[in-house]
Amino acid sequence: MAAPLVKKPGHGGTPLVEMEDICISFGGVHAVDHAYVDLYPGEVVGLLGHNGAGKSTLIKILSGAYRPDSGEIRIDGKPATINSPRDARSYNIETIYQTLALADNLDAASNLFLGRELVTPFGFVNDDQMEAETRKIMSKLNPNFKKFKVPVKALSGGQRQSVAIARAVYFNARILIMDEPTAALGVHETQMVGELIQELKRQGLGIFLISHDIEDVFELCDRLTVMKNGRVVGTARTEDVTKDEVLGMIILGKCPPGAKPGPGAMAEDAEAA
Amino acid sequence: MSDATLSGSKTPTARSLVSALQLDTRLLGMIGAFVVLCIAFNIFTDGRFLTPRNIFNLTIQTVSVAIMATGMVFIIVTRHIDLSVGSLLATVAAVMAVMQTQVLPTTLGLGLGNPSIWIIALVVGLVVGAVIGAFQGWMVGYLGIPAFIVTLGGLLVWRNAAWFITDGQTIGPLDETFAMMGGAGGTLGETWSWIIGLVAVAASIWLLLSARRRRAAHGFPVKPVWAEVTMAVIISAAILGFVAVLNAADIPTQRLQRMFAAQGQTMPEGLVMGYGIPISVLLLIIVAIAMTIVARRTRFGRYVFATGGNPDAAELSGINTRLLTVKVFALMGGLCALSAAVASARLGFSTNDIGTLDELRVIAAAVIGGTALSGGIGTIYGAILGALIMQSLQSGMAMVGVDAPLQSIVVGIVLVLAVLVDILYRKRTGD
Repeated sequence: MAAPLVKKPGHGGTPLVEMEDICISFGGVHAVDHAYVDLYPGEVVGLLGHNGAGKSTLIKILSGAYRPDSGEIRIDGKPATINSPRDARSYNIETIYQTLALADNLDAASNLFLGRELVTPFGFVNDDQMEAETRKIMSKLNPNFKKFKVPVKALSGGQRQSVAIARAVYFNARILIMDEPTAALGVHETQMVGELIQELKRQGLGIFLISHDIEDVFELCDRLTVMKNGRVVGTARTEDVTKDEVLGMIILGKCPPGAKPGPGAMAEDAEAA
Repeated sequence: MSDATLSGSKTPTARSLVSALQLDTRLLGMIGAFVVLCIAFNIFTDGRFLTPRNIFNLTIQTVSVAIMATGMVFIIVTRHIDLSVGSLLATVAAVMAVMQTQVLPTTLGLGLGNPSIWIIALVVGLVVGAVIGAFQGWMVGYLGIPAFIVTLGGLLVWRNAAWFITDGQTIGPLDETFAMMGGAGGTLGETWSWIIGLVAVAASIWLLLSARRRRAAHGFPVKPVWAEVTMAVIISAAILGFVAVLNAADIPTQRLQRMFAAQGQTMPEGLVMGYGIPISVLLLIIVAIAMTIVARRTRFGRYVFATGGNPDAAELSGINTRLLTVKVFALMGGLCALSAAVASARLGFSTNDIGTLDELRVIAAAVIGGTALSGGIGTIYGAILGALIMQSLQSGMAMVGVDAPLQSIVVGIVLVLAVLVDILYRKRTGD
């Protein structure tokens, strides 16, 4: 990066996450092509791009859903092996998927603890303890939440979202991935998610925010990385670029002067011609 | 706590009664349908259907299918199907029969009637069933072959593997101890049946109490006291009523005479003895309790239902859904083996056609019992009740004198109607 930027909390040290030179192909299509992203503690990094730009795929590599063909993931500067969602969780990486990834037929507590159930000394699942913990965290996240005993299928979009968020927050995430967290939400609920992100930032979490919504990204993110056709177009601090410039990055792959270009940026001379 | 006391002070209408007791309305509907069915048959058979003797027979006839139906619930909940259970039952029955009539007594020289034969044969059968099930599950989970195809193949393979094991012969008579698992040949007698019944009542009340204490300790809302007491009374009455009916089923005089003769005694004149709980029914009850605990109280059960509800979510939560598939099919195989023991013990022989069409009965029992083929939904008690409804329908029609082809037509129609009712019910309740 060029001139030293204004010192921000957490910046300057080792990045929380670095994903370097990540490649993955599906049947000959380069879904992610030599991509680089990084994330510092207490920072929100937006990932933007069209459908199929590779942002969700890139992030699914971090959350353990896909294994990259090549490239390196470093957590706290140390190389990390993430082969499964379980591995990702062991690095305190939590993901809120666009689809929320909830088992609709189970109640809130069972979903919150899915794969990490609290058990009694005899090894049986401790539903009461889990319900108590769920009630505790929900009273902070969404005090209106009352339906603890019904399948999450019966909940509203916002309530389902709070279950998914509670699941990510409960287990002391250090790295949080949010894939279109507000896509299915109303105005009020979107605002709640925004406030939550600010709060988590203050607690020092690093957050990757995948979004289509430029307004959201400019409001919530410290930096943003734009992808196109599987390649990184460029990375910029939000205050160094305008919304129009970011749209240019998304649509044309044109990297503005305020951003650091990636391999996906349109060549300079092509632009001049 | 406060809202619970509130609802308790209101005059209970029918709707609030059901909700205060927190009863499963689907279960109530099924029990209602079952009761109507029984009463109707009782009228048409001039009171022969609801005699203790016939109820005793019904429970015995239901056991084999019901045991497999509990496993089928897990299979269907994880969005699979197992068409091979009837054939698998035949293979395992053949293995166990050959073990106890040839391999153990002769080849291994234990001699016929050795007291360890039944248990060795049973364990070998359970292992064979579980291994075959696991193998089919491996093909489904790891090789990605649809369960329908794997088990359709299995239906043909295991039916005829059984034929090869026995050379197409009927193998028997089975070991005497082993044969006690079959039903009428092995019952607990009146005293032990009452003891088991009382223990069950005590256990149910203790469970209700401890569940209430746990919820209260966490400060969760609890049911009003009268609702808990009502539940306890209903459950106790059901258990003791069941025991009373089975005890009232008298052992036929000729069989009693044979039993006394076998011990070198003569039967006292005019002696009447009740059967009590058959060992096979006790086996089913144990399986039902164990499977319910597995479904509700273990991680494995939780993952079965999570995977059925949303396989992707389960995968992303770090659940190994492939291994889970293997385990579910292995469990199904083990339960098939248990059913094979009960079914062959009931006949006293292992025959070639044992378990024929059982796959359809088992699937129908699970589906009538409310297991959704779309996955994620199903209960153990529902499947057992489904098996009981199927069996009552069949033997009831036979008693009334309905022609055999018509019996099957009715069973087929009932299966489709039951699923239709279930769909309509789910639509209305938004479940």
